[in-house]
Amino acid sequence: MSRPVHIVGGRVVDPSQGLDGPAAVLLIDGRIEAVGPDVEAPEGADSIDATGLIVSPGLIDVHVHLREPGGEHKETIATGSRAAVAGGFTTIWAMPNTDPPIDDPAAVGYVRAAGRAVRASRVMPIGAASIGQQGKRMTEIGELVAAGAVAVSDDGHPVHDSGLMRRLLEYTQTFDIPVLQHAEDPGLTPGGVMNEGPVATSLGLRGIPNAAEAGMVARDVLLSELTGGHLHVCHVSARQSVDQLLWAKERGIRVTAEVTPHHLLLTEELVRGYNTQAKVNPPLRAEEDVEAVRQALIEGVIDIIATDHAPHHYDEKEREFDDAPFGINGLETAFSLCMKALVVPGHMTLSGLIDRMSCAPARIMGLDTGTLRPGAPADIVLYAADESWTVDPTRFYSRSRNTPLAGHVLPGRIKKTIVSGETRFEAEGDA
Amino acid sequence: MNDKRPDSGLGKDLIGLETLSGDTIRAILDTAEPFKEISERAIKKVPVLRGKTIVNLFFEPSTRTRISFEFAEKRLGADTVNVAASGSSVVKGETLVDTARNLEAMRIDMVVIRHGSSGAAQFLADRIPSNVINAGDGQHEHPTQGLLDLLTIRDAFGRIEGLKVCIVGDVVHSRVARSNIFGLQKLGAEVAVCGPKSLIPAAIEDMGVQVFTHVEDAIQWADALNVLRLQLERMNAGFIPSLREYNRVYGVSQARLEKAPGDTVILHPGPMNRGVEIDSAVADGPQSVILPQVTNGVAVRMAVLYLLAGGAPERAEEAKKGEA
Repeated sequence: MSRPVHIVGGRVVDPSQGLDGPAAVLLIDGRIEAVGPDVEAPEGADSIDATGLIVSPGLIDVHVHLREPGGEHKETIATGSRAAVAGGFTTIWAMPNTDPPIDDPAAVGYVRAAGRAVRASRVMPIGAASIGQQGKRMTEIGELVAAGAVAVSDDGHPVHDSGLMRRLLEYTQTFDIPVLQHAEDPGLTPGGVMNEGPVATSLGLRGIPNAAEAGMVARDVLLSELTGGHLHVCHVSARQSVDQLLWAKERGIRVTAEVTPHHLLLTEELVRGYNTQAKVNPPLRAEEDVEAVRQALIEGVIDIIATDHAPHHYDEKEREFDDAPFGINGLETAFSLCMKALVVPGHMTLSGLIDRMSCAPARIMGLDTGTLRPGAPADIVLYAADESWTVDPTRFYSRSRNTPLAGHVLPGRIKKTIVSGETRFEAEGDA
Repeated sequence: MNDKRPDSGLGKDLIGLETLSGDTIRAILDTAEPFKEISERAIKKVPVLRGKTIVNLFFEPSTRTRISFEFAEKRLGADTVNVAASGSSVVKGETLVDTARNLEAMRIDMVVIRHGSSGAAQFLADRIPSNVINAGDGQHEHPTQGLLDLLTIRDAFGRIEGLKVCIVGDVVHSRVARSNIFGLQKLGAEVAVCGPKSLIPAAIEDMGVQVFTHVEDAIQWADALNVLRLQLERMNAGFIPSLREYNRVYGVSQARLEKAPGDTVILHPGPMNRGVEIDSAVADGPQSVILPQVTNGVAVRMAVLYLLAGGAPERAEEAKKGEA
């Protein structure tokens, strides 16, 4: 048993309880014991001085690529989960599109055990939806869940076959887990490397139209309605997808959705000059799409923010645009990018942002974290909302540095990340 | 050759016409004029680029463009090396940047690059100090083709400003189309494209281009047609149902041309598919400037090489005699 921890002097922002004000938080045995303005430290407690800082439930990211096994030159479970806590995340869900894919219980168990051993963020494995992520036969989903899988997905690729998607949305209900869908109709995206539109046309790059995503979302919400299964739409980028989600939610269909920090702020203009750091799938879209997904997040049509953290090695991005891989390294810039996209311009309160990055992910995925309620696991982030910093990818904890934000000055700095009552990250110079 | 670089408006490289001003494009075309004459001589060689080393780096097969560049380089006295992707270290897995740096290490002066990926020429230019000339990158630009088309149109009409030029065919896959659109617009021409919508890129209207879906309408409208090659692969990839049908609906035939209000000038960047996008009677007819395009290609490439090497547009005539 560790000593109690008393976090004092900070402003507690916990939208799960409607808290926003000066308060102390007491942690005992890795759980929240009490939170409130008058909570005092028991004798022998460790004290954390949060003066000038904000104290919130730790951030939760349900869409992370850790690349292990098979892509250890890009990221490992260790480097990725350390990057996570540096970004304020106390829980990350690991996508199964590794080499080989996480499609059997042994692989799921490996990711879970390796994640625990690092003692950084919690690492929860997502199992492959189909064997080898080939989109043909369902994996042994019950076995994957028994080994620790929290969801299934073929992310990186869509589940294209409508029959398979239907069966997945039916079968997963036994285990009460969501199907995470990378919505893309591959027939509409052959050779596509960026958003279809005037920028792609002038650069001579093949486009990925909005309809490729929105069409798949439309089909999937109908399959969710047909089956009652929990559909979770990954990285929504197109304004027409928002229309489909709104329609589905108004009908009471069991669909949730996420948006990435980069789709909340950046546009296809960033690709000009053949900037491979801005090559991502789904692609950065037009300004009206950015506005639509941002508004959808504010209104709750899109439920949560997830990074789609996709690390790639320098050499892989230092290529011709067509040949460079898709993906943006997201964990360590996510919170600040969202501050810039949402809170600083006044689109959303800080409390609203913490809801979308912590409470709402826990709520829609059925996790017991994402709150500072007494009894909950003591997963906490401390940050300075008004402090800015310059993005220097050479200082990333991630093994890769692929970001279009190098040199950008961003608001909001993570200072300390606590998982199960244990400090797992502390900003340099703040010890 | 003079050391100080006069302001032709070209920078270190020629990547595309999108970033050039109308004045710079005119300067290149004007510089090409005196170079035309060299190719008409019995001894087709001047010492303008003597001592310069140029690498023609072709990652895609090309006959016409590569030979045209090679003639331009050799007639200006440069030493040239041709590197084709097959049989090079590229097939052994070397990256573009390493290939370029290795060539650079052998102390070259210029690279002419043809590559299947849009942006490859820019990528190279950003990473090596040599002059880089884009000889076609993916579906992006083919600036020297654009320039030779402009020169040929100017020769035919005596001007470009105010002309109506329509690009017909596989615009979506065409780097020639983009260079033509940028170049023609900067020199004051009106530009349209014509083809089935499956071969017209998204949002092309945003580039200030009119779109025709019927070739008869394009012929009514245009002073000049630039007819693009239709590749057999487009049929296999499902962009059009068949070459036969393409010819029936979009082929530039004598019968269609006869309905034009005037004598429409016909360009084609080659290589032609006779009987597909263009009929032989048109290609070989009096309104065709297809072979003058090829002749002008050498002169335009000489002009670009000369200017990038630091030559002044107004001194091209002296440079030819080895006096500048």
